[in-house]
Amino acid sequence: MSEMIIKNGFVFDPLAGIKGEKKDIGIKDGKIVDASEVKKGKEIDASGKTVMAGGVDIHTHVVGPKVNVGRLMRPEDKLFRSRTKERNTRMQMGFAVPSTYATGYAYARMGYAYVNEAAMPPLHSPHVHEEIRDTPILDISAMPVMGNNWFQMEYLKQGEIENNAAYTAWLLRATKGIGIKCVNPGGTEAWGWGMNCLTIHDPVPYFDITPAEIVKGQIQTNEFLGLPHSLHVHGNNLGNPGSAETTLDTLKLAEGITTNNKFGREQVLHNTHLQFHSYGGTGWGDFESASQKMMDYVNKQKNISFDVGFVTLDETTTMTADGPFEYHLNHLNHLKWANVDVELETAAGVVPFVYDKNSKVCDIQWAIGLELALLAKDHMKCHLTTDHPNAGPFTRYPRVIKWLMSKQARDELLHSFKYADKVIDATIIESMDRELDLYEIAQMTRAGTAKCLGISNMYGGLTPGMNANVAIYDLNPEDMPKDPEMIESAFSRAAYMIKDGVVVVENGDVIATTPRKTIWTDAKYPLNELVERDIREKFLKYYTVELENYMVFDDHVYNTVPLEVESPAA
Amino acid sequence: MSTVTITSKGAHELYLEAYNVTPDAFAGKTAAEIAEIECHEGNYKGTLGEYFDIAGSAGATAEETTIIVNGDCKKIKRIGQKMSAGNVIVEGDCDMYIGGWMQGGKLLVKGNVDSFCGIAMAGGELTVEGSAQNHVGSAYRGDWRGMTGGVLRVKGSVGNDIGTFINGGTIIIEGDAFIHVSTHGEGGTIIVKGNVEGRVGGQMVKGDVYVYGDIKYMMPGFKYVDEVEAEVDGETAKFAHYIGDLGERHPKRKGQIVYGNIYKKL
Ligand SMILES: [Zn+2]
Repeated sequence: MSEMIIKNGFVFDPLAGIKGEKKDIGIKDGKIVDASEVKKGKEIDASGKTVMAGGVDIHTHVVGPKVNVGRLMRPEDKLFRSRTKERNTRMQMGFAVPSTYATGYAYARMGYAYVNEAAMPPLHSPHVHEEIRDTPILDISAMPVMGNNWFQMEYLKQGEIENNAAYTAWLLRATKGIGIKCVNPGGTEAWGWGMNCLTIHDPVPYFDITPAEIVKGQIQTNEFLGLPHSLHVHGNNLGNPGSAETTLDTLKLAEGITTNNKFGREQVLHNTHLQFHSYGGTGWGDFESASQKMMDYVNKQKNISFDVGFVTLDETTTMTADGPFEYHLNHLNHLKWANVDVELETAAGVVPFVYDKNSKVCDIQWAIGLELALLAKDHMKCHLTTDHPNAGPFTRYPRVIKWLMSKQARDELLHSFKYADKVIDATIIESMDRELDLYEIAQMTRAGTAKCLGISNMYGGLTPGMNANVAIYDLNPEDMPKDPEMIESAFSRAAYMIKDGVVVVENGDVIATTPRKTIWTDAKYPLNELVERDIREKFLKYYTVELENYMVFDDHVYNTVPLEVESPAA
Repeated sequence: MSTVTITSKGAHELYLEAYNVTPDAFAGKTAAEIAEIECHEGNYKGTLGEYFDIAGSAGATAEETTIIVNGDCKKIKRIGQKMSAGNVIVEGDCDMYIGGWMQGGKLLVKGNVDSFCGIAMAGGELTVEGSAQNHVGSAYRGDWRGMTGGVLRVKGSVGNDIGTFINGGTIIIEGDAFIHVSTHGEGGTIIVKGNVEGRVGGQMVKGDVYVYGDIKYMMPGFKYVDEVEAEVDGETAKFAHYIGDLGERHPKRKGQIVYGNIYKKL
């Protein structure tokens, strides 16, 4: 029964509308309580400091098979970049694809409490859960990938939303997943025939369904089940000049659909790493930003949200279930390449990538990410991610915050580019004066992400009853540093990070670890006879594993916290 | 020029990671200060003074510093790692990663070395008077950025994986090499004065390999084109000229396709 009080900090809690007011935060038995309830225990003096809820990352790749392929494939990612064992931590390995231990510690040092693994191949969910168990401090959820799933493509082609919902609820239980992830809908399966779906109307070979039908059907399925999170889409034609057109077509599929859930989320579609999907031009020669056009549309839509996928100009390792894209990328840079097919479900590719500061294209990508965030009207729906490790490692979040909060920092970098003039011509970043404030940063990194994931009753805020995850940063909102580097350094090394009521980081050093939790969605919608038979048949005919060996057994999942939901449509 | 002599006490059970035995780390320090510099034995972090007797003192800069390493160094790794200037002379044999990521200066080993000597070397001169094991002047495991500069000379024979991903600089092997020479080569020059077992230039895109002796098994991806005369390591000779690896992509420069070259002495 531990108690703690955090005194005199400037509190930023967008879920409760608190904008930097001086306020005491009480903690009792791992939960936030009213400060008046704390009578004894540790007192943390947060005067002159910024207090926020523990960070919530809506889209990252930190556990599971493709992450592990990235680790195996790149021993050089660990060279001279690994921390030897310190007093309270185990050895930490790697930069772009850190080891599980390095991942947990690094997020904690930045004041994060929760991350959402954005691509879990259902067949490999046991591996995902093993790595969740081995990632210290963080609470983790994982999204099963379904955009190319044979069951879904067959049900959705026939318009059988109820059958698809029954299968989806079963798959969430089987894999202990949180929601529906959809990557290059139809395109990854088409690649099995050496093809791709580059528009939302390109039919998937054999299945004869289009990406548009898959996405729309998945939104309907998601709302039928009333899941905590919305459909989470990585659309078609990612990363190509002109991708903005395809993306707008995809986003328009959500028009007119309203949400039906008890978790407080407002969107029916979340578009992930929108930066990769906001490209204009017809080739790499006339490649340009389409951020203005994108945000003119997104700002008007109430029922969509997005995360950015900021390019951080680092050397990294790309990894995605968008197999054809990774093949394409390998042919651009001729580096190493791994590809995997996951039976009836999905695929993945892994390619190292260097976002070179002296490359015009990389710099334009950098600018597009920042433009999206600076053009956004509502930062509860615009989230800070790097699509780790695809556009850059998550350890660069503090650097991204610096760029968002300081025009000076952006301009200094922009004008240091070798092709600065060409980058300025192809983007609007130079004309943008907006500097985000700490409240908007709190929206982008905890409040908004928790709300969109449907977990804002537990995470992302500091209201009594919520999990006691609190980050304290050495930043005084009344006297913000003139030097933008100080912003990056403050967010890199939390003065304190408290996880479930335990101080895990002090002055940027990990001093303790806490038991972590696995969050998943227990959708109660039952299997019907037909879907049950379909599942049995597919396992008998096509899968290399037996149904009995497929479902993650309960003991395999670490400290589960099920989000229980009855289908509102049933 | 000031000289520091360090003499291995030779009593360690595990391999010693002596990554700080460089003119850069020693510069400006007295013997007593050098004794405090860190090193690793397994997961134990120690000091150079625990493993070496140290005499003399360093110059003000790396350039003005010579280090002489004495004693039994067969279980000492990483001498001269990342050194940028000055001199290091190892009087006997030493272990792996000698002169890895070396940027400048001169490193001379009078005995034999183990594997990974001079990997990802960018500049300077690394000379091994004895023989070396595998991965001489290669890229680090998994990396695609190999040697980019400098001269790496082994007077004896070497094992396999010589100059993998070499992109610049020169490797001279005065004795024989086993398999895998200039695999994935993207530039630079490799000279083998003895015989090679095989697999010379596999997936080679660019760069030159000269072999004076036999190549027991030539890669099928190489094609004989002509006979040329060239000056190699100070002497002129005639060579049969092959291009390849024909199974690999090749860039164009000024309208001409660039190939990797193997020159076999006639
Ligand atoms: Zn992603």
